[in-house]
Amino acid sequence: MWRIAGGSGDGIDSTSQNFAKALMRSGLNVFTHRHYPSRIRGGHTYVEVRASNEPVRSRGDGFNFLLALGDSFARSEQDGAYYGNEKVKPLTESLADLNEGGVVLYDTGFFEEADIAEIRLEERAEENGWHVYPMDLRGLAREHGREVMRNTAGVGAAAALLGQDTGYFEELVREAMSGEVMEANLTIFEMAYEQASEFEFSHDLRVPTGGHDTDQALMSGSNAIAYAALDSGCRFIAGYPMTPWTDVFTIMSQNLSEFGGVAEQVEDEIAAASLAIGASHAGVKAMSGSSGGGFALMSEPLGLAEMTETPLVLVEAMRAGPSTGMPTKTEQADLEHVLYTSQGDSNRVVFAPGNLEEAYEQTRTAFQVAYDYQIPAILLYDQKLGGEMRNVDVDFFDREPDPSLGATLTEEEISEAAHHESGKFERYRHDPDDGVSPRSVPGQTGGRFLASGNEHNAVGHISEDPDNRKAQMDRRVRKLERVRAELDDSEHSHQTHHGPADADLGMLAWGSQQDTVFEAVDRLNAAGHEVKALGVSDMLPYPETEVRGFLESVRECVVVEMNATGQFRGLTQKELGQYGEKLASLLKYDGEAFEPGEVVEGFESSIDGGQPAAGNMRFVPAAGD
Amino acid sequence: MSTFTAIGEDREIDQEEFTPGIEPQATWCPGCGDFGVLKALKGAMPEVGRTPDETLLVTGIGCSGKLSSYFESYGFHSIHGRALPVARAAKLANPGLEVIAAGGDGDGYGIGGNHFMHTARENHDMTYIVFNNEIFGLTKGQTSPTSPKGHESKTQPHGSAKDPVRPMSLSLASGASYVARTAAVNPRQAQEILVEAIQHDGFAHIDFLTQCPTWNKDAKEYVPYTDIQDSDEFDLDTGDRREAAETMYEAESRLYEGEVLTGRFYHDPDRPSYGEEKRAQGDVPEEPVAERYFEDGEWERTADRLIDRHT
Repeated sequence: MWRIAGGSGDGIDSTSQNFAKALMRSGLNVFTHRHYPSRIRGGHTYVEVRASNEPVRSRGDGFNFLLALGDSFARSEQDGAYYGNEKVKPLTESLADLNEGGVVLYDTGFFEEADIAEIRLEERAEENGWHVYPMDLRGLAREHGREVMRNTAGVGAAAALLGQDTGYFEELVREAMSGEVMEANLTIFEMAYEQASEFEFSHDLRVPTGGHDTDQALMSGSNAIAYAALDSGCRFIAGYPMTPWTDVFTIMSQNLSEFGGVAEQVEDEIAAASLAIGASHAGVKAMSGSSGGGFALMSEPLGLAEMTETPLVLVEAMRAGPSTGMPTKTEQADLEHVLYTSQGDSNRVVFAPGNLEEAYEQTRTAFQVAYDYQIPAILLYDQKLGGEMRNVDVDFFDREPDPSLGATLTEEEISEAAHHESGKFERYRHDPDDGVSPRSVPGQTGGRFLASGNEHNAVGHISEDPDNRKAQMDRRVRKLERVRAELDDSEHSHQTHHGPADADLGMLAWGSQQDTVFEAVDRLNAAGHEVKALGVSDMLPYPETEVRGFLESVRECVVVEMNATGQFRGLTQKELGQYGEKLASLLKYDGEAFEPGEVVEGFESSIDGGQPAAGNMRFVPAAGD
Repeated sequence: MSTFTAIGEDREIDQEEFTPGIEPQATWCPGCGDFGVLKALKGAMPEVGRTPDETLLVTGIGCSGKLSSYFESYGFHSIHGRALPVARAAKLANPGLEVIAAGGDGDGYGIGGNHFMHTARENHDMTYIVFNNEIFGLTKGQTSPTSPKGHESKTQPHGSAKDPVRPMSLSLASGASYVARTAAVNPRQAQEILVEAIQHDGFAHIDFLTQCPTWNKDAKEYVPYTDIQDSDEFDLDTGDRREAAETMYEAESRLYEGEVLTGRFYHDPDRPSYGEEKRAQGDVPEEPVAERYFEDGEWERTADRLIDRHT
């Protein structure tokens, strides 16, 4: 596990992406975790890359190789740096999380030894068994190319220290660059490799070797969501930038025109969701999305989509709230917001995928459900899932596109469908068993109807007749029951079981915490506990049967989630009407996701009425404890 | 291939086709200016040659929002202030549609003001009718963005301390390429202006003065009115932005002094519509996006186009 740390704006993201890709090409499984401040330039940023010849499903715990690059945007203390000596921060701030026996490679080119005297590097290295290798990466880059190429120097030196095959990284440099820049980068990479090879190695850490049976692709959860939308035939997106949803919006905007679609950046999120409704109403598969604050503005159009039964897919990328909160930090505290926002009884579908593959699958299901049932479907994820990168089988994406508009009629079908005596098409009939009354699209001959946010009759005209009202409400509610039945009948449940089936202790996770919890479950079982976990993705309609089955099979259960009030635990109790005495909460809301080691620790210390959880975690016992 | 056979259909159109069989009689108050809008719009449609099946009328909330109930076409009665974003996306999705949006002065210049500004700026090829009665009618007479300064109401008991919004000036500054003001009491001019607005290839904004005899009894009936095109006082070149701005300012000010100046204030026939701009730079396909979903044909796959860059 590496941490590559540097200044925000210094290209840490792209360097570590190439680094991870080189590891993937060498046959390893990789997983990245991105940490960045909410600033354009300056501030300390890092990416962690975990690689193994075994599957890697989470960030892991800490890291054992620190590559501390310089921060070129750091102000010196004389220039009025407000935050102490900024130049040394990529090194000094990362040390606290470096594992015992870890390796430190740092760039000496930005500061003097005296600048880091106060961190007592030598002393702490001794205590923790760290192996420290200082190198003037900046100087090397300046000498053989340009200063910005010090990142390449760092990767070259790291490769030497870890006995890594250099071919893959060099190959990536050749693919991404050309001419003098490429030559200079390759020279610097080799020089750094050679120079670092001259150190007397005191560490044993080496990069493992591995091999993939199939071609691999490295991508983020945001990529998976956007690609699923494109493969679902989505050809319209409207949005307004907001971290971290911007990733999906950007990927869609960069590719939609090539896919024959339209991307619109608009004045605000009310407009964004309203545009998606307008496009969908006119017969195009459409989406919008935002993060919590922008999604709040979408409450109103969301209700309009429910009432007019306009198919719509929204994505909500959670970050730490309330209000502006911590824009670049992760959290799972928008669950209740997304489930219940907008006036009236909510009538929507909400999925919270557990990992990259689920993000793809469930985005596709969201489009299918939205258009088949004429209902808004929301994909709820977070900064963690959206930003972390993983390798995935290329074959996974070998799918058929799904451009179906679902319950939408052709002109021929409209001509045979029921019409009111006035000539209007009966768009909102009371009688469909599954609740879905097929729609027409403007421009089709004979399909005229009125879509209205007011309660309306069969042709869409405003009606406050009590019998009509009840019939329309019942029909709309019925759609959700049918969605649940269809999901239950599906071959592939969105809920994922992990661990020994006969374990009598359980953990419940939802959304992006799933794979971290699963890794913790493996460790707990290896340590002699008998624990299993269920990762839940269907938030609404709630997978009652599956969760009830799981909870019936365990004696106690800890719900692991990244918020302060146990929102998913609350939802579970509300939906199942019981289990208050069985469900405890392990919560974290400091902006950082759980690490698997924390879940292990939190579980061990708190189950069976034990001690409160350590660190920034909080344990809320079950009602019975 | 029958995807949208209504679009571009060439036939005689009767004004009565736009009267819905289900709600033929509008339920606005007797004497309401809204009747004038409905009548002018029905009259304009045969002239522009568009049928109910190829027309999408998107309305907001308020008395004006009911227009889609009393006008036969595809209709979308949306939410307060949001008619424009719904309408402009429908136009992008299927440019063959005749898209008309309508709402009141609170809807368009108040709660939906941001959308008004941006839709004008983008110059979507659509018509926007704002029923301006200087009052909130449906909610019983509160002060609206166009109510005159000093206007007293239950929500402004000491009179409004605000200067009213200048709708045409706002529209021009935002980028609308056709700006006019007409009045319900002048049906002939209203219909002519609507025809021009619908035919205009860009964002056409009509500030439509609609008297409210129920909640704005103090306000004039917008008579007498002056058509600036027929007036000796004005010799406006509607293609000249500066002249237009001055004349609008004059008209907006004088409305509150009891003088009703109507007519065409600005018309730029050369500015490309948003759809044209987007198509020209390859951001919107030549064929309507909506048509693809009803036709056989290959759909792009990420597996073929995007996954390689991740390997």
